[in-house]
Amino acid sequence: MASEAIPAPRRSILGAAPSGVAPGIAITYLSLIVLLPLAALLWVSTGYGWDQFKEAVTAPDAVAALKLTFGAAFAVVAINGFFGTIVAWVLVRDEFVGKRFLNAVIDLPFALPTIVAGLTLLTLYGPQSPIDLNLAYTRKAVILALLFETMPFVIRSVQPVLLEMERDMEEAAASLGANRLTTFRRIILPTLMPAILSGGTLAFARAIGEYGSVVLLSGNVPFHTEVASVHIKSQIESDYTAGAAALSLVLLGVSLLVLLTMSYLQRRGLRHAR
Amino acid sequence: MLAAACGSSSSASSNKDKVNLVAYSTPEPVYAKLIPAFEKTSAGKGVSFTQSYGSSGDQSRAVAAGQPADVVHFALAPDIERLVESKLVSSNWDQNKYNGIVANSLIVFVVRPGNPKHITTWNDLTKPGVSVITPNPFTSGGARWNIMAAYGAQLKEGKTPAQAEAYLNTLFHHVAVQDDKASAALQTFTGGKGDVLISYEQDALLAKQSGANIDIVYPPQTILVQTPLATTIKSSAAGQAFAKWLWTPPAQTIMAENGYRSVVPSVAAKFTTLYPTPPTVFTIDDLGGWDSAMTKFFDPTNSVMQKIESNLGVSTGG
Repeated sequence: MASEAIPAPRRSILGAAPSGVAPGIAITYLSLIVLLPLAALLWVSTGYGWDQFKEAVTAPDAVAALKLTFGAAFAVVAINGFFGTIVAWVLVRDEFVGKRFLNAVIDLPFALPTIVAGLTLLTLYGPQSPIDLNLAYTRKAVILALLFETMPFVIRSVQPVLLEMERDMEEAAASLGANRLTTFRRIILPTLMPAILSGGTLAFARAIGEYGSVVLLSGNVPFHTEVASVHIKSQIESDYTAGAAALSLVLLGVSLLVLLTMSYLQRRGLRHAR
Repeated sequence: MLAAACGSSSSASSNKDKVNLVAYSTPEPVYAKLIPAFEKTSAGKGVSFTQSYGSSGDQSRAVAAGQPADVVHFALAPDIERLVESKLVSSNWDQNKYNGIVANSLIVFVVRPGNPKHITTWNDLTKPGVSVITPNPFTSGGARWNIMAAYGAQLKEGKTPAQAEAYLNTLFHHVAVQDDKASAALQTFTGGKGDVLISYEQDALLAKQSGANIDIVYPPQTILVQTPLATTIKSSAAGQAFAKWLWTPPAQTIMAENGYRSVVPSVAAKFTTLYPTPPTVFTIDDLGGWDSAMTKFFDPTNSVMQKIESNLGVSTGG
């Protein structure tokens, strides 16, 4: 109410100055770090023309690599979406010894160089597996590497929502006779869904670009375990820049599509929640 | 940090006491011994080095894109030719006494201790139940030596080019893992996968030296791996002096002591017990040179290896 008393011109000066500078900084920063490189990639890949683009993305080995990459990424999002939510739930709602430690450990996949992650996973799940579980050089290995690399996303996006979630809604539902499953389905899940989706989206985008951990673990056999990023690397090594740029553009395009879809679903979800 | 990097690059080319060495990854331990030895010579006194190691193709592309370099040492000549095209290396780089080749190696087989699968020839690699490890020739430029070794060996056995290509196709149906580079393939093999690894002799010797439980088998026919070295057009005087010194007997002796075959005959003669010579050793020039090999075998859209890799899709069912 007090702010209503401030004369209009003064408020606009105070308000306009920071909001005029801040977006400028934000847009310049974003442009330099993200938009410009993306535009350059778009420029390079479209510079070769439609025919080259089509040829590059419809080549059988490229199609196989893209299918594997997107398939594995979706699988990883589904698995990490499910288990990540459970982990977040346990970390927020349950008390147990070592909880703080576990909570701190979750972000480690981000800190670990991907090549080290690949090597570690290979030692654990390779031909000399100490736990007798040899998954290396199969498609399962691709999923395993991607699960490891993208695990933190869903957990970290669901956690804060769970922390802020009021329990009175759940209690109200329970007192009205809803069983736990109904409460979860009607009250908890709709609240968590936007966070699960946004974490899943980040995990998806991260998964389709992953190179370092997959390259060691998957075996890179074309048509079988060669993911898109490794295929792109082979095109770069062969000085086939047109092909590399075209495939990269497909990865970016699909990521963008997924990001937009998710944000649409989130907005719709929020509207429904209200 | 960006400014600092730019600053050092502009001064490096003008400063005669600095050498930017950009090389592929295998010779790194050798340069760790070569550089101190060079600094003890009169030409090397007070010279400081900046060293960069990585995959041969990546390093070559980095220099083409502007990474400062006085001396470049790659796994295969096409990576230097890329710099000739970018006008960074003179087109007569291979016109010295040794055709620009500073160190040799061979393509050999690395097998399990005692060679339990009795692998001695190229044809043993395609026997039923033999699992082969070799890097993907499209991600690893260096792995193209392996392909040319396998192909050339077939020709030397009297096969026709078509039969030799068919052999490559069969061989790749035995390849269980196609790592992105040679070092990763070695790791895959020592990690327990596969019966035989197609490898540089230098890598195999180094791995054995550092305790890997492997045996080395010299196939009866194999290719001489010739690794090229050049100075850039803008190289410092110290860079040129260093490059020149690398072809002298003292430098070549250090290379021979660390896994490479010397290109200087007088030095090579002293190391014949360490480096056995298989009955038939051929070079890339015997197979028509890299220019034609790159097009015929490694064009990413239409080549022998591209078709072979595509066949994997048909036969493994995706």
